[in-house]
Amino acid sequence: MATGQLFSRTTQALFYNYKQLPIQRMLDFDFLCGRELPSVAGIINPGAEGFQKLFFGQEEIAIPVHSTVEAACAAHPTADVFINFASFRSAAASSMAALKQPTVRVVAIIAEGVPESDTKQLIAYARANNKVVIGPATVGGIQAGAFKIGDTAGTIDNIVACKLYRPGSVGFVSKSGGMSNELYNTIARVTDGIYEGIAIGGDVFPGSTLSDHVLRFNNIPQVKMIVVLGELGGRDEYSLVEALKQGKVNKPVVAWVSGTCARLFKSEVQFGHAGAKSGGEMESAQAKNQALKNAGAAVPTSYEAFETAIKETFEKLVEEGKISSVKEFTPPQIPEDLNIAIKSGKVRAPTHIISTISDDRGEEPCYAGVPMSSIVEQGYGVGDVISLLWFKRSLPRYCTHFIEICIMLCADHGPCVSGAHNTIVTARAGKDLVSSLVSGLLTIGPRFGGAIDDAARYFKDAYDRGLTPYEFVESMKKKGIRVPGIGHRIKRGDNRDKRVELLQQFAHTHFPSVKYMEYAVQVETYTLSKANNLVLNVDGAIGSLFLDLLAGSGMFSKQEIDEIVGIGYLNGLFVLARSIGLIGHTFDQKRLKQPLYRHPWEDVLYTK
Amino acid sequence: MARKKIREYDSKRLLKEHFKRLSGRDLPIKSAQVTESTDFNELAEKEPWLASAKLVVKPDMLFGKRGKSGLVALNLDLDQVAEFIQGRLGKEVEMGGCKGPITTFIIEPFIPHDQEFYLNIVSERLGCSISFSECGGIEIEENWDKVKTIFVPTNARLTSDVCAPLVATLPLEIKGEIEEFIQVVFALFQDLDFTFLEMNPFTFVDGKPYPLDMRGELDDTAAFKNFKKWSNIEFPMPFGRVMSPTESFVHGLDEKTSASLKFTVLNPKGRIWTMVAGGGASVIYADTVGDLGYASELGNYAEYSGAPNEEEVLQYARVVIDCATSDPDGHKRALVIGGGIANFTDVAATFNGIIRALKEKESKLKAARMCIYVRRGGPNYQRGLAKMRALGEEIGIPIEVYGPEATMTGICKQAIECITAAA
Repeated sequence: MATGQLFSRTTQALFYNYKQLPIQRMLDFDFLCGRELPSVAGIINPGAEGFQKLFFGQEEIAIPVHSTVEAACAAHPTADVFINFASFRSAAASSMAALKQPTVRVVAIIAEGVPESDTKQLIAYARANNKVVIGPATVGGIQAGAFKIGDTAGTIDNIVACKLYRPGSVGFVSKSGGMSNELYNTIARVTDGIYEGIAIGGDVFPGSTLSDHVLRFNNIPQVKMIVVLGELGGRDEYSLVEALKQGKVNKPVVAWVSGTCARLFKSEVQFGHAGAKSGGEMESAQAKNQALKNAGAAVPTSYEAFETAIKETFEKLVEEGKISSVKEFTPPQIPEDLNIAIKSGKVRAPTHIISTISDDRGEEPCYAGVPMSSIVEQGYGVGDVISLLWFKRSLPRYCTHFIEICIMLCADHGPCVSGAHNTIVTARAGKDLVSSLVSGLLTIGPRFGGAIDDAARYFKDAYDRGLTPYEFVESMKKKGIRVPGIGHRIKRGDNRDKRVELLQQFAHTHFPSVKYMEYAVQVETYTLSKANNLVLNVDGAIGSLFLDLLAGSGMFSKQEIDEIVGIGYLNGLFVLARSIGLIGHTFDQKRLKQPLYRHPWEDVLYTK
Repeated sequence: MARKKIREYDSKRLLKEHFKRLSGRDLPIKSAQVTESTDFNELAEKEPWLASAKLVVKPDMLFGKRGKSGLVALNLDLDQVAEFIQGRLGKEVEMGGCKGPITTFIIEPFIPHDQEFYLNIVSERLGCSISFSECGGIEIEENWDKVKTIFVPTNARLTSDVCAPLVATLPLEIKGEIEEFIQVVFALFQDLDFTFLEMNPFTFVDGKPYPLDMRGELDDTAAFKNFKKWSNIEFPMPFGRVMSPTESFVHGLDEKTSASLKFTVLNPKGRIWTMVAGGGASVIYADTVGDLGYASELGNYAEYSGAPNEEEVLQYARVVIDCATSDPDGHKRALVIGGGIANFTDVAATFNGIIRALKEKESKLKAARMCIYVRRGGPNYQRGLAKMRALGEEIGIPIEVYGPEATMTGICKQAIECITAAA
């Protein structure tokens, strides 16, 4: 490793595994620093391609998305930093792929829990090929005023408070990512700020070590002093001790190794970081602090005194005239994101959609306020769910049972009706389930299956106006409208539709009142006197009985009933029911591997 | 997380099974494990050699120097082994300053031998080091100058040339056998993600290497690759570390979430308790209380990080508060809710969980005369801190709240002043 600066104001990165927030934070940092070029050149999202929209200041920019590391490197040959947000499972493989690209110089690995043997492979490859690995298990690093990795340094407020938008004179390296942010703050309080800060990560074997970065900082002219925060466990600090002893570092070093508390624990303890394991005197914080102190670093007596030690070292450098004053400037304002501004109560925005029947935001989804667990535990049926989602109330069981009977009766009516026929033809044309289903559904309308609503509307209107069956039927005839719900192609007065009989029986047994149905039967008696096929059909039975259900249950106002009939709820029943059959026909044709349907010539009358 | 010691029984099980897979050759290793739940009759049925061979029994508790401590019994039959175990199972012993009960034993055939070899492999940053000696056994430390060590860089192969310095001086009749043994064990070490492996000693049985004692450590972050090969591996806690019910509750929470939740009681009667965000910061808070001279008053070590959700924080905070308030003795105590400046954790969201727990435990906190000290920064910290301040007024418990403008560990000093002030 060694050599000097890793990043500059023109450094661009490739970002592996799309994560909106850290990328946006990088771009916000760029804008704050007055960078002209966004620091993220491309995104790699395995299996995806295209663009991601992100903000660069007030403007939106589109960052290209590539599906492989190789493609991204080929498309962005000047992007030499690879920021890897892959999971611990896949971080090693993608990092190795990146290291093998000639254009990539630095790989930062965020994931915690990368196997040690995998990291060792990366270390070996990076050493042999003169590349730098930062991490794993790190937040990354930052070069003030130039380039920032992912989530490093947290919020914009913090970046501004720590003056990270312009370079200072301090090189900082730590194991802990969380503590690095704390130290940026501390260092900004008592010095002119950070020049570069790196968190190497808490693993046993970090890709690059504390001393790797200290030696690098030593070669960067703008870095005037170096601050190191180590941790108990491992021997990394000793390579720094060696470097100090050998005189390889000629800038002042202020260091503290945390974990002095380990001696309070009787048995071996694993602290928060994988590498922070108590045990072994050499690896203790006390021993490392002592060794660093003996090697010439400024080591305070406790973390509390760390800030003072940094301050004193910096002030000494100022006295010696080694610090040139920093050119201050006011960074531009980053426009606030709408969702953050809303969260903090600063702005409000109107919603674009309103919904009243269900809510999926809580622990479990609710239908009209009834949680899914109640629906399952209390044995609700499909009819109950329909009553919740369509009528927004729990109807009595006889009503929901009636709904279920309607659905069962209307689920299918053989392959020859127009809906099923269309579905069969579509399925045989090799189309998918949804296409086959909707091609059948699209036939539902005024001539096919759409009569329930009309039947209900006309029966209700006639009954409510007190028309006799004679007046009703004759007035319809005058208007040239066939009475909906009356008439059947096959059934006759002496051969009633079994389905109608079943519905009527159920209603007689369970409904408190069947006045609309009785009216429909009176109408039928009159129409039968005109022709033997003018029977009450299933549409008429459902339509009239649904009116009885709505009126008799006592759970709907008159206005609500009018609305239900007006909107066309009852056709909904037919569409829902028949979908069951149409799906069945689709599967049936596919199972039978039926070929493309072609209507025979002989069955067409060709004429002029 | 990271390097975990495994029991001798498991080390030998992995060695036997995978030595065969990798080399096609059998090692004549036999071993049986005994815990509180073991039925000796069933065990004897499963491992018939137990009934016929003379046996060795010793605790399998991740501590060494068992022979020197008189915890190894040699040349027994199965009944005698059962008697030996009965007399010691569940009994507390002290090893190297750690006290704990013996819960697990390992039984093996008694193998009279005159050769004792030493083999040790350790994973290091740039490769692995392999140490070998002809003078192994309990006197290894006295014979340390006879131990030969080679370093095998990552990706380098352990060829005969590389291995030569270890085995060069061995008699010809065993040299080849030992060289091959070391090569296969090294391959196995890498294949199974061992980070440490030691046989001290191993000897020869029927011309084949046989480990008499073995220690191993696995990298548990590699579990996702190895769960089949490791099959049912147990990662016991370090000897002497017995989890209290509260600690194991938090341990259970920790295992269920992608976040990190750690909790260790140091002194149940301590008067300074901590609940700190972040792996790095939590250590520093504990350090600071110690560095300021009040280690003896420190009740616990506690860390939460990796953006736990509100519910997880709530459950976690309840445990910490319960322990912190479990001994209301009339003296003041302090709860330090600390943390550095977060990079991306939403401070207000995690504080919501803590605040709910504090509200629930209002009367306990008051009974324990608890003073609360808060310091935190990061995304949304202003809202989080404001809620904490409001909480103090609402429930009438003294809460001091600081943001990034204050030093991180300043509240440790305040906590100490609080508990030492005249009550």
